[in-house]
Amino acid sequence: MKCRELIIVGAGPGGMTAGIYAARKKMDFIMVTRDIGGQAILSSDIENYLGYQFITGAELVKKFREHVESFNLDIKENEPVKIVQKEGDIIRVETEAREYSAKAVIIASGRVPRELGVKGEKEFKNRGVTYCATCDAPLFTGKSVAVIGGGNAGLDAVLQLIKIASKVFLLEFSSHITGDAVMIDKVKNSDKVEIYTGTRVEEIYGDMVVRGIRVRRGEEVKELEVEGVFVEIGSKPASDFVKGVKKNEKGEIIINPQCETSLPGIFAAGDVTNVFGKQIIVACGEGAKAALAAFLYLNKKA
Amino acid sequence: MSKKVKVYTTSTCSYCSMVKAFLAEKGVSFESVDVTQDKNALEEMVKKSGQMGVPVLDIEGKIIVGFNPKEIEEELGL
Repeated sequence: MKCRELIIVGAGPGGMTAGIYAARKKMDFIMVTRDIGGQAILSSDIENYLGYQFITGAELVKKFREHVESFNLDIKENEPVKIVQKEGDIIRVETEAREYSAKAVIIASGRVPRELGVKGEKEFKNRGVTYCATCDAPLFTGKSVAVIGGGNAGLDAVLQLIKIASKVFLLEFSSHITGDAVMIDKVKNSDKVEIYTGTRVEEIYGDMVVRGIRVRRGEEVKELEVEGVFVEIGSKPASDFVKGVKKNEKGEIIINPQCETSLPGIFAAGDVTNVFGKQIIVACGEGAKAALAAFLYLNKKA
Repeated sequence: MSKKVKVYTTSTCSYCSMVKAFLAEKGVSFESVDVTQDKNALEEMVKKSGQMGVPVLDIEGKIIVGFNPKEIEEELGL
């Protein structure tokens, strides 16, 4: 197996910027990623990325992609990484189909939606269960749906769904809705919305698609007929696959100002780390830093 | 001969725009249906792909879920 100088895991804003820096340094590297764009592609409106007064996530990612592709990089797309592990001086990167190795790795895998962890959730993913209201809300036109999570993300999903769904159940595990007051008022004023606090989802069921959910409030168990379940309970760093590096209590990979992790040779950048400010522009900057730091590291070793 | 391509989309989905832009760039003609406007098309898509996520491509019976340039290229022989 060929051992490369560098592997970049992830191709969101952080990974792609790292790719451009690594390419300009003429490093011997590949990028391995589930998709191109990461979370950035899901942002509907971006108004704080320098150079663009307004741009959608999809358009910005298209620009990033064009820039990256101008360097003719070797990007292994649709290859989610399963394991990153350091063995001696070599770092092994394993995907479902293949195995790669390198002297240095940059982890830029971002964050993924948090899951409920209830029966039926995995089975009905993309068959009624969704983690992206912006993407999937229109599929439920005229249908009855449930939104799980009473924070701002949940309320935002409810507000999008009010316009198109026939009925929206908002379920919150804790005793009250926690989002912004302005949004709470809008949600409460809609006669389409029914709010359940102190309520836990126990099961998602259906046939080919979702038909309903079973919920529990104290001793009371209830079945709600819905065809859509929008899970909006936050996100978590996509860091489980990285073995042996120090993480904080949130699961974020701990880095120093040079984007170094606790294991020499493994660098990390952007939303998967404990860096302050989970922003596209911050992730890009961190990606640049990680690539420069990896370059220095490899030069010192050589 | 060029294959018949049908794309199931919604207006708000980023990957749908990317699939359509990709096909257009490659000079592939295709039929695009917005499943939020057409209930029958939505049912048809769920039946074909066994799921509700968009985009879905139907290339003469070969179903591709999501934006997967390599698979599309292979299927169309691009």
